[in-house]
Amino acid sequence: MALRIFDIAGSGMNAQNLRLNLVASNISNANSAASSAAEVYKSRQPVFAAELDKAMNTQNATSKVNVLGVIESQDAPVMEYAPHHPMANSDGYIFKSNVNTVEEMANMMSASRSYQNNIEVLNTAKQMMLQTLKMGQ
Amino acid sequence: MAINFDTALGIEPKALAFREKRGEILAANLANADTPNFKARDMDFKSVLKQSMASGESMERTHAGHIAPQQQLFGANLMYRNPNQVSLDGNTVETQVEQAKYAENAVQYQASLQFISGHFSELMTSLRGQ
Repeated sequence: MALRIFDIAGSGMNAQNLRLNLVASNISNANSAASSAAEVYKSRQPVFAAELDKAMNTQNATSKVNVLGVIESQDAPVMEYAPHHPMANSDGYIFKSNVNTVEEMANMMSASRSYQNNIEVLNTAKQMMLQTLKMGQ
Repeated sequence: MAINFDTALGIEPKALAFREKRGEILAANLANADTPNFKARDMDFKSVLKQSMASGESMERTHAGHIAPQQQLFGANLMYRNPNQVSLDGNTVETQVEQAKYAENAVQYQASLQFISGHFSELMTSLRGQ
């Protein structure tokens, strides 16, 4: 059924939207500080996987995008010596999140481009369907 | 003589169904452009045409233990695309290529639609006899 295109593009948009949300979360928390490495905000990234519905089904070879989950980056947080900071620990250090803002900006561009791609696919498919409805008239 | 839609419309309905399916596959490729290890897929119109021009006989599964043939759509194998450049995450989708193919497919779909409309208007003309 042709309406599967809408499902597929929709799942792609959903995944990219989540990615954009995570970028927003990462960028807005890029400067948050904490007094220990465990408490500090860590960069979050989505994990995408192709959802091969009924992989062995000969009629359905197309796959939607599945978001397996969100992982936290394992990179070490940035340690900064700031003894007068209210969050400073007993040694005078604060911990800043490991978000790489440049990386996140690139990530944002990529996500929004992919989102646009899916929208274009959807629009074209919609036009095709509308034309099909007018067939023979 | 009765009007038979199968013969009146020719190969076009099949072509339309194929274009629709291919659109789905290309949409899936585009949607998974950022999915690690996703392999882009596509179908070849030529091989589909060859299959439907031939007798169209395919191996039948008469027993539950028989192994199903490879993923087949319209009698043609669903192929994996050979990327121009491989990416480190194992994804073989090249967005520009897929976009171009999708646009091509959409135009071809519209062409098939036009042909069918032409056939319909031919039928209408002959029905009216004017």
